[in-house]
Amino acid sequence: MDSPILQAKNLTKIYGQNVIFQDISLDVNRGETIVVIGPSGTGKSTLLRCINLLTPINSGQIFLNGKEITAPEASEDKVRQQVGMVFQNFLLFNHLTALDNVMIGLSKVKKLPKAQAREKALYELNRVGLSDRADHYPGQLSGGQQQRVGIARALAMDPSVMLFDEPTSALDPELIGEVLGVMEILAREHMTMLVVTHEMGFAREVANRIVFMEKGSIVEQGSPNDLFYHPQHERTREFLWKITELYGKKDEEE
Amino acid sequence: MLANFFLYIVQGISITIGVTLVALPAGLLLGLGFALINTYGGPWLKRLSAAYSLLMRGVPPIVLLFILYFILSGNVVNLTPFWAGSIALGIISSAYQMEILRGALLSIGGGQMTAARAVGMTRLQSIQHIILPQALRIAIPPWSNEASIVLKDSSLVYALGVPEVLRRAQQLSATTQQPMLAFGAAALIYFVLVFLVNRGLDALAEKTKLPTQTA
Repeated sequence: MDSPILQAKNLTKIYGQNVIFQDISLDVNRGETIVVIGPSGTGKSTLLRCINLLTPINSGQIFLNGKEITAPEASEDKVRQQVGMVFQNFLLFNHLTALDNVMIGLSKVKKLPKAQAREKALYELNRVGLSDRADHYPGQLSGGQQQRVGIARALAMDPSVMLFDEPTSALDPELIGEVLGVMEILAREHMTMLVVTHEMGFAREVANRIVFMEKGSIVEQGSPNDLFYHPQHERTREFLWKITELYGKKDEEE
Repeated sequence: MLANFFLYIVQGISITIGVTLVALPAGLLLGLGFALINTYGGPWLKRLSAAYSLLMRGVPPIVLLFILYFILSGNVVNLTPFWAGSIALGIISSAYQMEILRGALLSIGGGQMTAARAVGMTRLQSIQHIILPQALRIAIPPWSNEASIVLKDSSLVYALGVPEVLRRAQQLSATTQQPMLAFGAAALIYFVLVFLVNRGLDALAEKTKLPTQTA
């Protein structure tokens, strides 16, 4: 039995007087795709940022590959190399081409020789279907293409875990599919992924486990089947009802 | 006779350019340092750099020039008029350049830093490889403005007797009784230099501009 690749224990995050989330524990197993759902302002994005140490937690522990990354002696920069992050608003480096966006971590952080970094970056761009856009700048790419470059940039570092923070929320509807498509392929390749999203279709079809968060705590988690069709909590039921109402009812009827 | 007259003024151009080439880069280096400290430093460094900016922007350049030359030079350090003047102008300019660069750094936004850190870069690497290349691009147009101000302010070192363009024009005006011709020539020289600097920096801004969808 494999131990979890990522383990969050009793995490609490407080901004001033605001409790963002409290006493959250979550295990992520190797190769698992976990989708975190829940209303806005529930602390889902903050949770991802805390796991990546971009935001410090107030209490609790996070373990990555069995090592505590919240320990004072742990190196934040080393940890972030092992955790890929994809942002809602892409956050590509605007002064760099798609290829250089993917390459820069390899050459500046991993210190790979240029030819090797380039080869790896091209491989990752190809993986997200954008090798023909390698020398385009972010300003020359559509939102969906930018986000796929963002995914390639994170993948290039060979992370143990990929975090997706509402990766399609800023996209026009017709561009969402190409990004979800790439993520689906990653899931099938058994990349370990923790995805915050409102895309219920993706959650139902791709997730191994769905975590429902509300008001800073995990209300319920389970397989897509359990959560969508046999939710244990009234609040889960309400949220899912509301969101399916919003995102099209026809799936519901099937 | 007239040829000699103009030749005398033109010979000052190299000194005018020299003063500018000391003051402007010195101001850039200092200004960049203070801008980085102010943007990314702790509260005390922020206060220190803000105070520096406030002080240096509040003192007329010529006053600092006199302080550096007549008070410090000879007593504390030994500076020729050329160096005292150039350094004083560089210090004044650094405060303005700091504000230009600070604005540029802030306009890049925290997201780029977050993304760079998320890839595993240190703070310093993020600033060096991600923030600065973008901020410097943004800073070129306002910096071009500051460059022409420093170029024109280099005429202030005439007060220390440095034989740059204005000083020479003044001397000729006194000896030949032709102020119109002397100062007119000086004005023309400054205008041409400023024009060239602005055009050069416009070209640099255009060359480093990031391509967008329509381009």
